[in-house]
Amino acid sequence: MSEGKKALLVMGCPEVPVQMSMVIYLTHKLKKSGWDVTVAGTDAAVKLLKVADPESYYVQKTVDLDELIGNIVEKKVDFDVCFAFMHSDAGMTYGATFSAISRARLFAVVFGKNAEALGESIDYPAEKIVAKATHNPNPLKNKIDKVAL
Amino acid sequence: MSCIEQMKYKLYLERTSFKDAREYIEKNSEEVYYVDPGYKIFKDYYIIGVPPVAMGVRGTEMLFTYVKPCHGTFVMGIDSEEEIARLRENEKEKIKKSLKSGGLKGKADSGSAPASFSEMYKK
Repeated sequence: MSEGKKALLVMGCPEVPVQMSMVIYLTHKLKKSGWDVTVAGTDAAVKLLKVADPESYYVQKTVDLDELIGNIVEKKVDFDVCFAFMHSDAGMTYGATFSAISRARLFAVVFGKNAEALGESIDYPAEKIVAKATHNPNPLKNKIDKVAL
Repeated sequence: MSCIEQMKYKLYLERTSFKDAREYIEKNSEEVYYVDPGYKIFKDYYIIGVPPVAMGVRGTEMLFTYVKPCHGTFVMGIDSEEEIARLRENEKEKIKKSLKSGGLKGKADSGSAPASFSEMYKK
């Protein structure tokens, strides 16, 4: 049913360990369900991903975050679903931008020490997945597993 | 990296929240305009932000927010009469669209408006 549909995973700052783990996990899960998955991030985040997955077994498509935003605004590309990972005010701000420029169904994946407060500050259209996870990915994984696409 | 980082700019706030950056622009600009996230400035920078995104004009300087995922939000100022003119033009277009769609007329026809001056004085 998801065959050919496009999913975007937006990485925030990679300083919180659970993010990379969850991005690889979610990409794998979506691909197994037939989604065409692209992962966007800063140069540092994309490098971390490529070193962790050297033969692109899990993640085949990566893109620079700011370049992607330009391409969505210019209507060169768009997605059916978008998971925006965030653990800081800057990540939340990027999520708001995707909410405004893309037609994708948006999930705000909120984690880190201040996950609850950050989750409450989101007042743009997004489905929130909030878990106070920094080192242990399981609280976030359990919530992501409940998402029905 | 956006071309903005190679331009001559001033930083007024660093590594702050988007909300505080917006408030700074609103309080410290002679003119304030609101744009949507994705508004393009200086050839290749698309504004990142939580709507409403404030852009300020102070003399010949344009004040705007610049967000970096690992460093937070910055308030930057760059001299550019060209970008300021685009900002003002963008605002005019928004007003025109609002008038065409009956935005202002809708307000004037509001049922809560007083029917006469005497009614207005009663309030």
